[in-house]
Amino acid sequence: MKKMTVLFSILALALSMSATSFASDTIKLGVAGPHSGDLAPYGIPAMKAAQLVVKQINAKGGVLGKQVELLIQDDQCKPEIATNTATKLVTDGAHVVLGHICSGATKAALGIYNDAKIPVMSPSATDNGLTYSGDYPNFFRTIAANISQAELASGYLLDTLGFKKVAILHDKGDYGKGFADDMKMLLEKSGKVEIVLFEGITPGAMDYSSIVQKIRKNKAEALIFGGYHPEASKLVTQMSRKRLKTIFISDDGVKDDSFLKVAGPAANGAFVTGPRDLSSIPLNAAATAEFKAEYGAEPGAFFQEGYSAALALLNAVEQAGSTDYDKVVDALHNKYVETPVGKIKFDSKGDAEGVGYSVYKVENGAFTEMK
Amino acid sequence: MEYFLELFFGGLTRGSIYALIALGYTMVYGIIQLINFAHGEIYMIGAFVALIVAGVCTIYGLSGVSILILAGVIAVIYACAYGYTLEKVAYRPLRGAPRLSPLISAIGMSIFLQNYVLLAQTSDFLPFPRLIPDFAFMEPVAHIIGSPELVILITTVITMILLTLLIKKTKVGKAMRATQQDMNMARLVGVNVDRIISLTFIIGSALAAIGGVLVASYIGQVNFYIGFLAGVKAFTAAVLGGIGSIPGAVFGGLVLGWAESFAAGYISSDYEDVFTFGLLVIILILRPAGILGKVRKQKV
Repeated sequence: MKKMTVLFSILALALSMSATSFASDTIKLGVAGPHSGDLAPYGIPAMKAAQLVVKQINAKGGVLGKQVELLIQDDQCKPEIATNTATKLVTDGAHVVLGHICSGATKAALGIYNDAKIPVMSPSATDNGLTYSGDYPNFFRTIAANISQAELASGYLLDTLGFKKVAILHDKGDYGKGFADDMKMLLEKSGKVEIVLFEGITPGAMDYSSIVQKIRKNKAEALIFGGYHPEASKLVTQMSRKRLKTIFISDDGVKDDSFLKVAGPAANGAFVTGPRDLSSIPLNAAATAEFKAEYGAEPGAFFQEGYSAALALLNAVEQAGSTDYDKVVDALHNKYVETPVGKIKFDSKGDAEGVGYSVYKVENGAFTEMK
Repeated sequence: MEYFLELFFGGLTRGSIYALIALGYTMVYGIIQLINFAHGEIYMIGAFVALIVAGVCTIYGLSGVSILILAGVIAVIYACAYGYTLEKVAYRPLRGAPRLSPLISAIGMSIFLQNYVLLAQTSDFLPFPRLIPDFAFMEPVAHIIGSPELVILITTVITMILLTLLIKKTKVGKAMRATQQDMNMARLVGVNVDRIISLTFIIGSALAAIGGVLVASYIGQVNFYIGFLAGVKAFTAAVLGGIGSIPGAVFGGLVLGWAESFAAGYISSDYEDVFTFGLLVIILILRPAGILGKVRKQKV
């Protein structure tokens, strides 16, 4: 009798599964991210972006002639909740998933989607390993990886500036040291540059004159600094005080108007990397306007990336002609799509091509984008 | 050799600022055995007042050194007023209380003043104008010791000479020394001890404000939080030299400045603080009262 029950339940289960996977008459877009808790401000803009995109696409007749249905799940940015969220979305039959928001939660959930063969696209998870490890062929993102900043800066240093001797400093923090470590690794790998100094400095110290003298002694042509603008302003001010002409190169933490204001003329000639200026892309302004018309406020963090991810995912389904995993992934890799972050497709790792950072030079007290 | 000199003068400049602030800690401790944790904030307020005055002066078309002197003087006056009020409000009512109470009160005032400046001004870093001009005759050696460092060193030396004269040669100085030696006895022979304590706070605050203005115009930025780290370092310098001893504070400041500069220059700036505080531990093990501190015998 017991055997029969088990058999029946297995049959019933199979039946219910086939019902969701074959009889679906909508395209299901899962959206996962923090929608409650203290990290909600990072997740809600992407969710609203997805709602706007779906509303617009449905009004135009949907994808492949079917309406798009949103499946929204809250993961609170917590890895342990994200695995439940992912399982729920898989069970509910999501065809593609927009999410997750935090790198940790994304990493925890990805294996589940990968096993279920569902393409996932994050608007905000920047952890290098998500794409660089090669473990998650189903993962894509519309934001640049952390390391891409260092890749851009080191490439610029090698190819355009052509320095041979550099010093690297960082502020001992996660962000600054991460950038400094990436730069060190990439420059060492190129074999064309000698790193004469690699040290951490104490944020908030009274002055950095000893370290500036050390840079002079080591005859570094460029100083690469990983950290934020207060220390950067202090460093360039002291370098100019000590008549040191070393070129200053830094990261997005320094691309801040405070750096220009506080360092003044001493900042001129410095190079920093920062997010590409997207305001000239027509879709970008249109998306912002759409949000303002609907909610009457500024969109918030990762809205443009979320909007782009929703567009890219639904476009890939349309291009693939079905929700078949291989075809959708193939479309994501090969078919361009117009989004608020530019005209993009995804490279073999899953990172959006052309998305990310630009090099800026400080000229006459302003940041000028280097093309 | 040139590298050594660069580090030497860098350390000397930094050390003389530490010394200026450390004097305030050590004088107050010498008289009422209180560690005035809000002292670093007086240094920060001095820098902020100078910034505001410099802004106003620039509007009126003054320039260079005249702004520096005017801003310095007004900053000192303001800082003195803050020091005086601080003592009146936060420490005098606790004069007879157990020693921990004024200490907590001091930490409270430190947090209060930081947040007051944060709210009244901004949490952002603000640019501080280069009030010290580049002298042409310093240009050949500017990479070793520039004009700002020269001005800092000269100002510090003058200030310390004046302070020594005040304490050694004047009647007020004699009263201060008497109060430090024995407060009750000084009261018996007619010294107005409360006034002397107020005066000590005022002098300490003036020195801190001078340090604040000099540092701000040297590194070119101010922020509501700069007083905290400077205060911690100066306090370390005061302990290193022997807290309560005036020559000790100066000596401790210089030793600390040099230790940091040489540690960063010859070893690694990663270990700058490790090295400095390691030195502090070693010195305190060998001389528990600090380099120039006297061990006071407890009479039972």
